[in-house]
Amino acid sequence: MTKLLEMNLHTLRFAEGFCRTRLSVASLATSPFRLSSSGYCGKTRISSRLKFACYATVSAVVEKNTSDFDGKEAALLVEELRVNFNSGGTRSYEWRISQLQNISRMIDEKERCISEALHQDLSKPELEAFLAEISNTKSSCVLAIKELKNWMAPETVKTSVTTFPSSAQIVSEPLGVVLVISAWNFPFLLSVEPIIGAIAAGNAVVLKPSEIAPATSSLLAKLFSEYLDKSTIRVIEGGVPETTALLDQKWDKIFFTGGARVGRIVMAAAAKHLTPVVLELGGKCPALVDSDVNLQVVARRIIAGKWACNNGQACIGVDYVITTKDFASKLIDALKTELKTFFGENPLESKDLSRIVNSFHFKRLESMLKENGVADKIVQGGQTSQDKLKISPTILVDVPEASSMMHEEIFGPLLPVITVQKIEDGVQVIRSKSKPLAAYLFTYSKELQKKFVQDVAAGGIGINDTVLHVTVKDLPFGGVGESGIGAYHGKFSYETFSHKKGVLYRSFAGDSDLRYPPYTPKKKMLLKALLSSDIFSAILAFFGFSGDS
Amino acid sequence: MLTELRRSFDAGVTRGYEWRITQLKKLLIICDNHEPEIVSALQDDLGKPELESSVYEVALLRNSIKLALKQLKDWMSPDKAKTSLTTFPASAEIVSEPLGVVLVISAWNYPFLLSLDPVVGAISAGNAVVLKPSELAPASSSLLAKLLEQYLDSSAVRVVEGAVSETTLLLEQKWDKIFYTGSSRIGRIIMMAAAKHLTPVVLELGGKSPVVIDSDTNLKITAKRIIVGKWGCNNGQACISPDYILTTKEYAPKLIDALKHELEAFYGKNPMESKDMSRIVNSNHFDRLSKMLEEKEVSEKIVYGGQKNKENLNIAPTILLDVPLDSLIMSEEIFGPLLPILTLNNLEESFDVIRSRPKPLAAYLFTQNQKLKERFATTVSAGGIVVNDIAVHLALHTLPFGGVGESGMGCYHGKFSFDAFSHKKAVLYKSFLGDSSIRYPPYSRGKIRLLKALVNSNFVELFKVLIGIA
Repeated sequence: MTKLLEMNLHTLRFAEGFCRTRLSVASLATSPFRLSSSGYCGKTRISSRLKFACYATVSAVVEKNTSDFDGKEAALLVEELRVNFNSGGTRSYEWRISQLQNISRMIDEKERCISEALHQDLSKPELEAFLAEISNTKSSCVLAIKELKNWMAPETVKTSVTTFPSSAQIVSEPLGVVLVISAWNFPFLLSVEPIIGAIAAGNAVVLKPSEIAPATSSLLAKLFSEYLDKSTIRVIEGGVPETTALLDQKWDKIFFTGGARVGRIVMAAAAKHLTPVVLELGGKCPALVDSDVNLQVVARRIIAGKWACNNGQACIGVDYVITTKDFASKLIDALKTELKTFFGENPLESKDLSRIVNSFHFKRLESMLKENGVADKIVQGGQTSQDKLKISPTILVDVPEASSMMHEEIFGPLLPVITVQKIEDGVQVIRSKSKPLAAYLFTYSKELQKKFVQDVAAGGIGINDTVLHVTVKDLPFGGVGESGIGAYHGKFSYETFSHKKGVLYRSFAGDSDLRYPPYTPKKKMLLKALLSSDIFSAILAFFGFSGDS
Repeated sequence: MLTELRRSFDAGVTRGYEWRITQLKKLLIICDNHEPEIVSALQDDLGKPELESSVYEVALLRNSIKLALKQLKDWMSPDKAKTSLTTFPASAEIVSEPLGVVLVISAWNYPFLLSLDPVVGAISAGNAVVLKPSELAPASSSLLAKLLEQYLDSSAVRVVEGAVSETTLLLEQKWDKIFYTGSSRIGRIIMMAAAKHLTPVVLELGGKSPVVIDSDTNLKITAKRIIVGKWGCNNGQACISPDYILTTKEYAPKLIDALKHELEAFYGKNPMESKDMSRIVNSNHFDRLSKMLEEKEVSEKIVYGGQKNKENLNIAPTILLDVPLDSLIMSEEIFGPLLPILTLNNLEESFDVIRSRPKPLAAYLFTQNQKLKERFATTVSAGGIVVNDIAVHLALHTLPFGGVGESGMGCYHGKFSFDAFSHKKAVLYKSFLGDSSIRYPPYSRGKIRLLKALVNSNFVELFKVLIGIA
């Protein structure tokens, strides 16, 4: 049920293939209509159709903005899925396993298509696409298939004397019909990984991929419809209007990956229906670098966690570096050296870097660079190419604290290095800002490591490496404070889409009169003893020794 | 006030094991030394019988505190997590850290338990906490303020008394978590306010908790347990109170007779005079319940009770049979001493009836039929389920206590309380060793093939790449 918008051909005309663009108010000022970038909007393997996503504000430019996916459509969709969910289709182990196996097969068979879509949307290098998105998703799927039986089994829990005789268990049940809203930077991973959790937990699910990664969005729509059960798993493509229509409905859970601003909107919409949410947001993820380190490895790993990670456009990417005044120049030299090894003399030409996703973000990053007091702090890079949507790996030193670069999540290839007197001051700098999704520390010192883990509140922490903690399936991945609510990955994905229902089984045997009126002081005393698991008194009570009323 | 608490928290006041243990021990002393005052406040606010106050509020709370004291070290220690080949060599753990400064908004029906049980969780997880007790139980609210101020560390634990305007002011602040017990209507308002600051919430709400009664049951004990779970639990004013009964047309008369018989055994011929039941909390709720009873086509369905006394705020234990489904009494959570019984042609239909309504906080089943028990437990969606009893699951700390859908989000009790007020922080420790250049640019076909082979554990391919076969 993909969105298809009628284009008024008098207003706009397209060549063959399809083009998709996202208009922002900003780029409207420069040109009324613009293709996202030259060069990537050419032939595609996706069947040709016209798509157009726009904001309501753009209606003046375009003759018709007829989205056939509005509130009514959304309500019908949810109702249909709810009926199908209620009929029990998604609850069985067999159904869940078959869908998961289909996803696994889908990844294997369509790896090339996925990689190409990612390249189209983000110029993502093939190795990155494989490592960060495809193989991660595949291994999550494989894990879910392997562990599902375990995860689904009710957990028997201990009972106490208070409820004796009894038995108790915690039963996992699906929540119902859930909504997954994905992001544009890892559009495959961030769509499919939550879906794996939703399906494993036995829910019906609607995926809303990001319109800012249109090739991946439409590939997902096509692949899901080809490989998965349409009666309970759907993809709705679109932008703000479609997302708003979806958010108006009553879901049993909403799983959102994106920015904090929209996170608030999602949570407020969810509040109307008492829908629980998982919000995977972002933040400024710091890397604190001590002088007691293996400098070459540090430099490489920071680069890997910044520019080799979708060119800085990652929620857990290294946003800024903190190090001591003494060590800064050594660190920067090491970074420069490794940057050259990795991306060559002309990084703007390197095929091993994703581009900036679109002109809106390009302009955002450019204005960060051009800000007063910032431009002169550049020590490496700073070159930009608007038509290629590229900015070279850029390092800056001690940009002003009040600059945009130090306030907002950068989400791009700019790396400010902040210097402090002593390394402990770095911890204070981090604590003075909102809690980030990840925080990194590079040091041999076990003491500093311990202090960092204790004092730095973040979604997750990486010691002596960046980003990798998200690949450990046994670790929960999620934010805290401004960086988010809830977590997933591995078993946590299953749990986040389940309700853990306590079930207590009592028998009719051993029914003592203690708890029944009329109340007497003696009953009260014995009940208290029973409740405090005072074995002796409890035994007396069990045998019906309640004294005279 | 909030700035002060945040300062205390940032200074690390609440983080140490010792501080947490001390505060918990002080809470225990409150339970031990001040029970008569607590019972008296509950008597003032709710007419709650001493046994109920002593057992269902104070004793349950003591259990909670003692469990936390015993388990805290364990709860506080990090959990080891397994790592895999992709991050080798590495070690990983999950560290529980306090969220910061949290807000607990409590309810009026179990004002001690529902205030302090969450506070136990907040403190054991190392947070600073503000408690806002319900103004509808004013004696309890002011006793809580007095006792907490007297015993606990006021640099990190505070009580704010008040009503709507105070609560609104509190809700405008940025908290690190809000824990709310109350109604769905206010729950929405709380979550909406929390959304502005991206504050996570636990909402312990309510709903209409159904009781399904099979004919294959021990009728006498069933009747007793229903009665004590309804009228013996704050006179029906409890979030997990059995709200309405579903049974077969055939069985209903037997059930009603049993209920009548046991009601008289418990509360005598004049239940309005019995000291063993709470009164209705205030005249608002009295009027609300009266309205339910007086509705057309409902009043004639009363088969037992129905007497009211506005002055004493008493309504007798009342049973109704087959009220209309669209009546007020079947549309809202009753939260009072009225028990409607709906009859069905066969018990199977009860599943559909329950499913057609919002998910309740609890669902109950009385039967000796094993298959029915299993089916109920797996297919009825509710916060929690009890077979062959009412309400007692909240005394079992190994079970998570919370709602789903309209009945709430999040849970607590036992370790779940500690977890509710913690952030589970993932930590990965790597060494500088084992840094292979294969993951770094420049990317070559060879690297891609090698990495793929490694990740897929494709050793044949791996071998080929390593010895240079294209």
